[in-house]
Amino acid sequence: MTRSTLATAAPTGGRPRRSISSRRDSRAGLTMVLPTVIIVLAIFIVPLIWNLILAFQSTSFTTIATTGIFNPFTLDNFTGVLTDPTFWASLGTTVIYSIFSTAGSIAVGLIAALALRKPFRGRGLVRSFMLLPYVAPVVAVAFVWQIMLNPQFGIINALGTKYLDWQHPIDFLGKAPYALMTVIVFEIWRYFPFAFLFLTARLLGLPKDVEEAALVDGVTPSQNFRYVVLPQIMPVIALLSVLRLIMTFNKFDDIYLLTGGGAGTEVAAVRVYNQLIGSFDIGGAAANAFVLSAILAGSLFVYVKFFAGRGEDNL
Amino acid sequence: MSRLAVENRVFGTARWVVIVVLVIVTLFPFYYMVELSFVPIQDLLLNPDRLWVPIQDFTLTTYQNVLKSTADGGQGFAGFMLNSAIVAVSTAIITLVVAIPASYAVARLKFFGQRQVSTLFLAVYLFPVIIIAIPLFVGFSALGIRESLLGLTIVYIAQTIPVSVHMLRSYLKTIPVSIEEAAMMDGASRTRILTQITIPLAMPTIVSTGLYVFMIAWNEFLFALLFLTGDRNLWTVSLGLSQLAGGLEVSKTVLMAGSVLLTVPIIVLYGLTERALTEGLTSGAEKG
Repeated sequence: MTRSTLATAAPTGGRPRRSISSRRDSRAGLTMVLPTVIIVLAIFIVPLIWNLILAFQSTSFTTIATTGIFNPFTLDNFTGVLTDPTFWASLGTTVIYSIFSTAGSIAVGLIAALALRKPFRGRGLVRSFMLLPYVAPVVAVAFVWQIMLNPQFGIINALGTKYLDWQHPIDFLGKAPYALMTVIVFEIWRYFPFAFLFLTARLLGLPKDVEEAALVDGVTPSQNFRYVVLPQIMPVIALLSVLRLIMTFNKFDDIYLLTGGGAGTEVAAVRVYNQLIGSFDIGGAAANAFVLSAILAGSLFVYVKFFAGRGEDNL
Repeated sequence: MSRLAVENRVFGTARWVVIVVLVIVTLFPFYYMVELSFVPIQDLLLNPDRLWVPIQDFTLTTYQNVLKSTADGGQGFAGFMLNSAIVAVSTAIITLVVAIPASYAVARLKFFGQRQVSTLFLAVYLFPVIIIAIPLFVGFSALGIRESLLGLTIVYIAQTIPVSVHMLRSYLKTIPVSIEEAAMMDGASRTRILTQITIPLAMPTIVSTGLYVFMIAWNEFLFALLFLTGDRNLWTVSLGLSQLAGGLEVSKTVLMAGSVLLTVPIIVLYGLTERALTEGLTSGAEKG
């Protein structure tokens, strides 16, 4: 037996050779991982705790420079957030936005993955195209969408009024029911590639014999999908749903760039930003952000506890 | 016709319809971006429904305008691109230097707190970025590094380290341990094994991870907006485009040229690394 197999085995004690080499490995492992841990602690964990402290204090940009971090604790920020009807409105918008964007992007991603399952000439190229919305810079694509949907000179309204008999150009990003629908469509467009990527990888890994046997038995394509393929990719769909829900719930860039949070699209993260930059209310913004994280963590806990039996190891 | 024959025919046709629609929907915004970047703004306003550029209207003045510095009457995108490049390259290099040993340790060595490290990384992605933005804004202001490319780089490094460790670790686990064992028998130290065996073997993955980090840093918007809005000389391309797009002073087709300049480096890098990138990101998914 070599030393490293001993070293990678669990340090159960016993023979001295094992404990020396595993102790050396342990020290090497800690040294190698330390810079990473320090950076993540300094930029994520410390700010998270600090955010919690700020949420319990009455601070704004004008006072924070003089008072430092030790201020009397107060619950005003939390009562302020929880009794503000616009907070609950933004939470509702966030939930609608997250659920529809997630469901839509996974559905479109699944359709795309199934359509591209059988090989054909140029499939590799089409696959690369599919991922472009996901990798392209959000500022650039959001700007192009703004121009495309512009009521005065956007191509969509120009074609719509010319060929589809629209009476008036539609203000896709500036009027209440349309704006939220548009940002959801944008989100589906931008993130269906993510679902497509993972579902394609999973479809590639499916064992061939089951489907071949089913085909010999004369199942139709829809039966094959419903009874053979879907049960096998369900864990990936469940995992994608959780991942995308978390990501969309926390999303800031897309809506901020498209509408700035106007016309009924002020999701929670945009609201926090507007609170911070618009009214310099650090304590209020921190409390708002904290309540959001608590809601998200609570929902996740319920999901993991009651619904998810497996799939957590595959991240 | 039997149900099987009907379904085969329906899905056989539907498949091609879906493929064509998807290709149009994904590519059209990019085509539109490039198209508008080559026309003067008056042409767009006169013919909003045009889908190509007639040769007599074709112009490069949009690109000249957007690239020239403000002193020369342009928008200064050349400077923004330089800022973005500085931040993205430093982020990619430093992230790799820190993440390679860490991912090796997580993949190969047993050490105290190993499981906690993985949990810590996962937890990072559960919180809205905006929640750490508030304290970082205040803290970096106090340290005097908020309005600087350095401050931005530090945040980007922290944001990209967890995903880099994930991608690298998945790959390092596929390298057979026996190679390292043989080196160890010959008396090589952990450091030597890492630098002379593991890193060369993992080079393709390291390069694609680095490029992915570059892309994240190049595309990032929120922290650039929070930290650098006040100083135009420090704007990144993303920030510059979003700041100018909000106003009315700069014509939309000039900003389209700016969008193309923002997007092209990403598309080129993506084209170079697509396979490694998709495999790195989805590692583990094919097992279900």
